[in-house]
Amino acid sequence: MTKPILEVLKLNKSFQVKSDKALFKKPKPVHILNDISFELLEGETLSIVGESGCGKTTLGRCIVRGVNASSGSVVYHAEDEKAVDYLKLDRKGIKAYRKDIQMIFQDPYSSLSPRMNVFDIIAEPLIANFKLSKDEVEAKVTEIAEKTGLNVGYLKRYPHAFSGGQRQRIAIARALITQPRLIVCDEAVSALDVSIQAQIINLLKDLQEQYKITYIFISHDLSIVQNISDRVAVMHLGRIVELASTESLFGHPQHPYTEALMSAVPQPNPEFKKERIILEGEVPNPANPPSGCHFHPRCAYKTEKCIQEVPELREVGYNHFAACHYAEKLQLRGVPIESAELQVN
Amino acid sequence: MRTLPLFKGQKPAAPVTAAPKDTVYSSQWRLIYQKFKKHTLARISMYILGLLYLVALFAQFIAPYDLQSYDSKYVNAPPMGLRFVDAEGKFHIKPFVYGLKTERDPETLRKMFVADTETRHSFKFFVKGQEYKFLGLIPMKTHLFAVEEPGRIFLLGTDGMGRDLFSRIVLGSQISLSIPLVGVGISFILGLIIGGISGYFGGWLDSLIQRVIEIIRSFPTLPLWMALSAAIPPRIPVVTMYLYIVIIFAFIGWTDLARVVRGKFISLKNEDYVVAARIAGVGNTKIIVKHLLPGFMSYLVVATTLAIPSMILGETAMSFLGLGVRSPATSWGVLLQEAQKIENVALYPWKLLPLGAVILTVLTYNFIGDGLRDAADPYKK
Amino acid sequence: MATQAAHKEQPLLSVQDLKIKIQMESGIMNAVDGVDFNIYKGKTLGLVGESGCGKSLTSRSIISINPKECETSGTITYNSESESALNGLNLLSLKPTGKQIRSIRGRKISMIFQEPMTAFSPMYTIGNQIMEAIRTHQTKDKKEAKRIALEMLSKVGISDQAKRFDQYPHEFSGGMRQRAMISMALSCNPEILIADEPTTALDVTIQAQVLELMKSLQAEFGMAILLVTHDLGIIAEMCDEVAVMYLGKIVEQAPVKEIFNNPKHPYTKGLLRSMPRLGGNKSKRLDSIEGSVPMPINMPPMCGFYDRCKDRIEGVCNAQSAPKITISDEHTVRCFLYADQREGEVQ
Repeated sequence: MTKPILEVLKLNKSFQVKSDKALFKKPKPVHILNDISFELLEGETLSIVGESGCGKTTLGRCIVRGVNASSGSVVYHAEDEKAVDYLKLDRKGIKAYRKDIQMIFQDPYSSLSPRMNVFDIIAEPLIANFKLSKDEVEAKVTEIAEKTGLNVGYLKRYPHAFSGGQRQRIAIARALITQPRLIVCDEAVSALDVSIQAQIINLLKDLQEQYKITYIFISHDLSIVQNISDRVAVMHLGRIVELASTESLFGHPQHPYTEALMSAVPQPNPEFKKERIILEGEVPNPANPPSGCHFHPRCAYKTEKCIQEVPELREVGYNHFAACHYAEKLQLRGVPIESAELQVN
Repeated sequence: MRTLPLFKGQKPAAPVTAAPKDTVYSSQWRLIYQKFKKHTLARISMYILGLLYLVALFAQFIAPYDLQSYDSKYVNAPPMGLRFVDAEGKFHIKPFVYGLKTERDPETLRKMFVADTETRHSFKFFVKGQEYKFLGLIPMKTHLFAVEEPGRIFLLGTDGMGRDLFSRIVLGSQISLSIPLVGVGISFILGLIIGGISGYFGGWLDSLIQRVIEIIRSFPTLPLWMALSAAIPPRIPVVTMYLYIVIIFAFIGWTDLARVVRGKFISLKNEDYVVAARIAGVGNTKIIVKHLLPGFMSYLVVATTLAIPSMILGETAMSFLGLGVRSPATSWGVLLQEAQKIENVALYPWKLLPLGAVILTVLTYNFIGDGLRDAADPYKK
Repeated sequence: MATQAAHKEQPLLSVQDLKIKIQMESGIMNAVDGVDFNIYKGKTLGLVGESGCGKSLTSRSIISINPKECETSGTITYNSESESALNGLNLLSLKPTGKQIRSIRGRKISMIFQEPMTAFSPMYTIGNQIMEAIRTHQTKDKKEAKRIALEMLSKVGISDQAKRFDQYPHEFSGGMRQRAMISMALSCNPEILIADEPTTALDVTIQAQVLELMKSLQAEFGMAILLVTHDLGIIAEMCDEVAVMYLGKIVEQAPVKEIFNNPKHPYTKGLLRSMPRLGGNKSKRLDSIEGSVPMPINMPPMCGFYDRCKDRIEGVCNAQSAPKITISDEHTVRCFLYADQREGEVQ
């Protein structure tokens, strides 16, 4: 079995939100992440899906220490088999590992500094982490640029001269240049057009194969997630409600929320008239979450127990985890892989 | 190059693959410059302002008389025009001015000047006159222009002591145009450092600095000026006084800039590309120097440019009230002191002319600030 | 035109040879370049394409709300069913700020946008704004307007309407705002609803709600919908007919099943292949379209897709712009690959 590269243990993140009503009232904490735990295996792609406000972006940023988590740990298994808690490292300690964990952002317009040319943008992490001569830097940047499909002749240009898809390639090149072992992709293709999206997804897959990179792929788009990931974690209001292999999760979802999410995705197939589960109501506000199972106000299968007790994330099948009191009893509909494949002439 | 016109709520999307060659290699400052160039009003203002500062720099050369020279014969003389055609309609190649003679108004019996068509003083360039130090260094006697002795030229009239107003406006510009620059310069540095600390470190330090700024800003300006200028000892050398006044302005001025800096620091700190640099392991100092500072420098330049007019007006107001620059030093505000009396304004309206210089300067600065503001974000439409 | 021949009835709205030019510093951009389509009563036409293809400009030109820089030509003929005075009116000939277009806008043809926040003023309550729309076009009576507004709110599935009526836009969630905007757009019972990316800003579960709502309201009111989107999934679910736009041109137009089962244009094929779909093969490489969309500035007459096309014919596709070719009664495509079928297939 493959080794774990990252272990996330009881990760919590809460913000203090000042009440606008009372000046001297104690600020109320809003829990964005609630006891998130999972294991990430080397070389796999773990997707994290959920709707806006579910905490998936915060989770990604906590892992790379873009923001600081409130509690919990992220144990990183370095190449030399040493395990370190990535969140507890101080400024000097983290220096040795920054190069191993990188991130790709959603918006290719805001994630590239408009004041640096493409060469400098790509070279920045390299210069920050390694002591290299000018020639070495140039050779490395050129190599990565070629690998990510950028025109090497364009490296002296500024980001504003590039389209969204090209910019995302630049961002990927920047993340890749330190030869990281783990890349967190935060909605990395969401801002792109369909035809460009496919290019970037393919690129990410090729790079993974070539460099044995592990991905945490954060997305709201189930179709992309299904295409790219080995395992999927579904998040709802700061908690993981289901975690399983892609086949198992899409084929046999064990949480009503997963079932509803899948059913809501519009299918690009006019013949495919399925019965859609329309969730009632709104995504609840994390500042004021519902009691018991956070999903119960929108759940079709809820009982009294769901309103009162918070379900634990537990193993309900082989390597299939779900946080639902009735996971075993419910017969939920999934989308068996390959069945709805459409032939295009 | 422009992309598709954007509608509210629509993300910029049009790909720019076919960007013209010259802009793809342009850095941000270049783009700002290119956009600024297109702002006609700002460009013209830039030329005018450049001219004003040239005049200030060579003031002693341009002014025909120095600050001290006065002539009690010519008190409150009106502006005289340069003439080519004399009273008989004869044309002269060399321009000239008529001498002045005094007459009494037959009704009010007020003393007034009329042109003496008998005496003609021709106009000359590069005339030797009073000695001064060119650029404060080289002793020189040559002035840009004058008229033949014993004639005198008062292009913009004279004041109540018979001093040439044109010379005084030109010489006064040295103080009026430089105080705001030095003042803003000091506030710029103070604002950058204090605002930067406030924005980057945050926490209690940020709160403390913000409260101090609020307190300073909540002082009514006029009493504060009065209090501060009361602290300036009387009868001190011109240079020292100049310094004091600059400090007073900087003391108030930095608060605005510190706020701009702090706001930009906070918003830029969470920009994706700054977070990306942090994740990539780039050090704190490097992030500040390479990402944060260049990120808001353009906005800071705008804020600074727009802060200058208020300093010019402040200096004018203070000197006007007799709190700022005092004789023998001269600024436009000092010149306007004479316009405090209604009889001066009614009988000798040319004494308001320094006001024109103030308005011109303030307007040009504002237009330049506008142009810079529009150009500061060259990626936005 | 064959596409229209299939429909016996007169189209509600007929767009003919619509062109929108925008003067840029680097030249003239042909943002929309000769677009034709018809909208029929009770039917949904989908306008699908990637960003910058001109789909939004096209939809906005119908109610003349494009910015001034857009130089628009062509005809947009509106055949009102309910008001004969408006029959056969060319909407483009009206003054964009004039009285006549304003009486049509919001009353006969309404529009909903991607970001509902910008459609509402933050200063007034939602109810107030819906009432205002009703009072401008329908009834002057305040009580009657309020009754209609409340009814509309309940129709779009907003519960507790009486309370919601008095709330401000910021108190509504994204999905609720979109519902409120739909209720405002439909409050005057328009004949045509233009929906410009109506669900792009929403979460999938909320998107499903809103799409379902639009379908049921169409069944109830019988309005025609022009749905502008980039999402082929939404197209498949919502539309009767689809027009695929690329670089300012409609490259393919057909009934929805025909587009998905028998796509002809290489771009349509590429789009369908490149999108990952639920139930598709995991870890399969996606067929992507190489390259990116060029800017349509000072473009020579050629097929806009030429550079990215796998089946391009050199000397043909880059020599002139592709003609519109009729594949079947309801299916047209702009592509040289089918040029020889023209005689054979059309009787």
